Amino acid sequence: MSPRKTAAQIADQRRVIEPPPTQVGEARGVFSTQLEKMVAWARSGSLWPLPFGTACCAIEFMSVVSSHYDLARFGAEVVRFSPRQSDMLIVAGTVVDKQAPILKLIYEQMCEPKWVISMGVCASSGGFYRAYHVMQGIDEVVPVDVYVPGCPPTPEGLIYAILKLQEKIERGEPSRYQEILLEHRAAEPERHVLAET
Amino acid sequence: MAQFVADNLAVRFGEGVQRVSDDFGDLTVWVDRSIVHDVLAHCKRDPELRFDFCMDVTAVDYLGLGGNPRFAVVYHLYSLSTGKRVRIKSGVPESDPVVASATDVWKSTDWFEREVYDMFGIRFEGHPNMKRILCHQDFVGHALRKDYPADLRWKNPRPDDLVDEISPQEMERMQARVRKGLSD
Amino acid sequence: MVFKDAALSPQEMPVTTPVPRQHGRPHPTGTAPYAEPALPKTIAARRGVTIERFLIEDIALTEDPLSENMVVLNIGPNHPSMHGAFRIKCWLDGETIVKAIPEIGYLHRCFEKMSELHPWQEVVPYTDRLNYMSPFLNNVGYCMAVEKLLGIEIPKRAQRIRVILGELSRVMDHLVCVGTNLVDLGALTNFWYAFRGREEIYSILEHVSGARMMVAYGRVGGLMRDVHPGFEDEVRAVLKSIPGYIDDVDRLITNNRIFIDRTRGIQPLSATEAIDWGWTGPCLRACGVPYDIRKAHPYYDYDQFDWQVPVGTTGDVYDRYLVRMEEMRQSLRIVEQALDDLPDGPVNVDDWSISPPPKDAVYNTIEGMVAHFKLVFEGVQVPPGEVYSYTEAGNGELGFYLVSDGGGQPYRIHCRAPCFAIYQNIGPTLEGHMISDIVAIMGSLNIIAGELDR
Repeated sequence: MSPRKTAAQIADQRRVIEPPPTQVGEARGVFSTQLEKMVAWARSGSLWPLPFGTACCAIEFMSVVSSHYDLARFGAEVVRFSPRQSDMLIVAGTVVDKQAPILKLIYEQMCEPKWVISMGVCASSGGFYRAYHVMQGIDEVVPVDVYVPGCPPTPEGLIYAILKLQEKIERGEPSRYQEILLEHRAAEPERHVLAET
Repeated sequence: MAQFVADNLAVRFGEGVQRVSDDFGDLTVWVDRSIVHDVLAHCKRDPELRFDFCMDVTAVDYLGLGGNPRFAVVYHLYSLSTGKRVRIKSGVPESDPVVASATDVWKSTDWFEREVYDMFGIRFEGHPNMKRILCHQDFVGHALRKDYPADLRWKNPRPDDLVDEISPQEMERMQARVRKGLSD
Repeated sequence: MVFKDAALSPQEMPVTTPVPRQHGRPHPTGTAPYAEPALPKTIAARRGVTIERFLIEDIALTEDPLSENMVVLNIGPNHPSMHGAFRIKCWLDGETIVKAIPEIGYLHRCFEKMSELHPWQEVVPYTDRLNYMSPFLNNVGYCMAVEKLLGIEIPKRAQRIRVILGELSRVMDHLVCVGTNLVDLGALTNFWYAFRGREEIYSILEHVSGARMMVAYGRVGGLMRDVHPGFEDEVRAVLKSIPGYIDDVDRLITNNRIFIDRTRGIQPLSATEAIDWGWTGPCLRACGVPYDIRKAHPYYDYDQFDWQVPVGTTGDVYDRYLVRMEEMRQSLRIVEQALDDLPDGPVNVDDWSISPPPKDAVYNTIEGMVAHFKLVFEGVQVPPGEVYSYTEAGNGELGFYLVSDGGGQPYRIHCRAPCFAIYQNIGPTLEGHMISDIVAIMGSLNIIAGELDR
């Protein structure tokens, strides 16, 4: 499988590949681009987080949604604990090997479009636990859009990450999940034939 | 510190008490593996000792220190009425890592013994549910042994369905309860 | 990294072998980090065999062929209540639980193995993350254990500061416990009140040590550094404001009919049962046993402060709530008295083989330079032996069993977590209760997964 691409490579690839299937409309006229922008604005301003909180970072997440730091002003107030109802998975805390299949299951139950924020160094790369039971980063099982360093990241750090994710959505960039989907399709087109509609 | 504990055990068990030490203010009593269960039961029920708390059950792997036997199971006991603490240690060889379980003496030893099994591989005979508790069920090996590398991971494809923790008799009992409608 | 394509149906999903993640250094035994069994390549061929791909229809999270007239409910490791990652699988008859099996280990971060690889001082950040609601109390517990093994006594000022910040951490712990317990029962307002208090204590901790939560402020031999000049004023301000938040919660909840109905008589436990199960801390005191290590085996002058131990009667969820509320008030009493009597002096023991020498000695004297060099390269050398040291943490008796081989790294550290003993009897005691009682019980037990699984 190809290694992680640089931003320039991703930009090149994006020019070649068709827009992701979840974009609205097929014609590329003024109406549909404006519609895409509005949809992107709506999506970024109403991200419903699913806090997959396991450890200490979950407490910092609680501080972020509390009144002092207040995530509600960025549209992410509605914390939904069901994957069916949320579109942003915030993995806050260490994910251990025992938890890995459950994280994958929760992620797969989310509907598209979906984004993942890996909060804290434990979720991003295993933290300082290079150990026999700790996953060295959740991107072993789920594709991650924004990595937030910190142990735990300050609430300002998490808010910055959500702002960065909002900017990414408003720019019209595909989520990491969609990028990987497109990479798969480009690599092995005969396997990924969609049903005739 | 709590010399009467050591004296009591020495009087009761004689040869089984191998060594008594009192470093750093902690009384440590090494006993023979075959009488560990009797020693613990005596500690709880004797009217002079009255160790009603089993605070901790753990183990140490003496491989790095060239220990023989390799493992030692460690019990930390506390008495609420006398305020005394004691540490009971028992050597466990690598070739036969089995110790009698203390779950019939104190209920708190249940999960502590499972953890010792998970981390060291020492089985506790008579434990109702001798199964891994902290690592996932597809984990191979015992992590806190000195010859286990710290970052050797094992793949975990699925969560445990926990059905094996219910014996058929237990399931029968549950079905009977539901049929009788006791939960209403 | 290979990520599976979720747009295909499960039957035609390609199952590929994932590439192991490339670590910075080669694996010690020369093999891949994952031990891969040899399995057939497509899903159809793998039916009935354990597969790496996680398919919903193969997983017995909620199915069980034997339980025909019972509903199996899996309150999974990821659940809406505000507690850590642990799982309870319940067999239900309607709403009533016939059997409950808990499963833990979802935050097993290998603290004991990691501590064997680091010098004694570097274990302190790992202890922070045990009970992450009150990190400083774990620091104190661990440092006390190592100091017991070294046979040193830290200066009075360090002891007082450890008491002050320790009790503030205990208040933090109980605030979150009560706040999240009430959120799970539907009373959301108190969560905001509790977190206001917590934010104020965070400000003090951030000012003192640089970090809001994971302070790592305790060191073997004393503290990381002395407190800042405005410390006393900040703590006095907090001592004025936090009782207000506790009173707000009290006025809303303590005589609230709904709360009393949901928590009175839920999971009562007799004193002898609780002792047999190894319970300690507020949960044990709610059962009527007045065992508090700060009173029974005092350390750091706890017996010279004027405070009391709140004790409950029945041990049910309501009593645990009351005990925690009163314990917060008593902790604030202790903080006030300790602050009134804060002596001057050093905060680290005056032994350069344990605490680093001051910088002007390092740069200007040969002894200071050599001591600094040895500390940085070899760490604190602890004499061989073993010790079990216990303190009263937020949840009960937090014990550290240390085995030293005389070197700069621990030979074995075992952390006796209070939550581990408290959570053991959840299986037997949940039988007969209803599902909605589970959230009340789990919240009141204050199970912190970091401490439970270490």
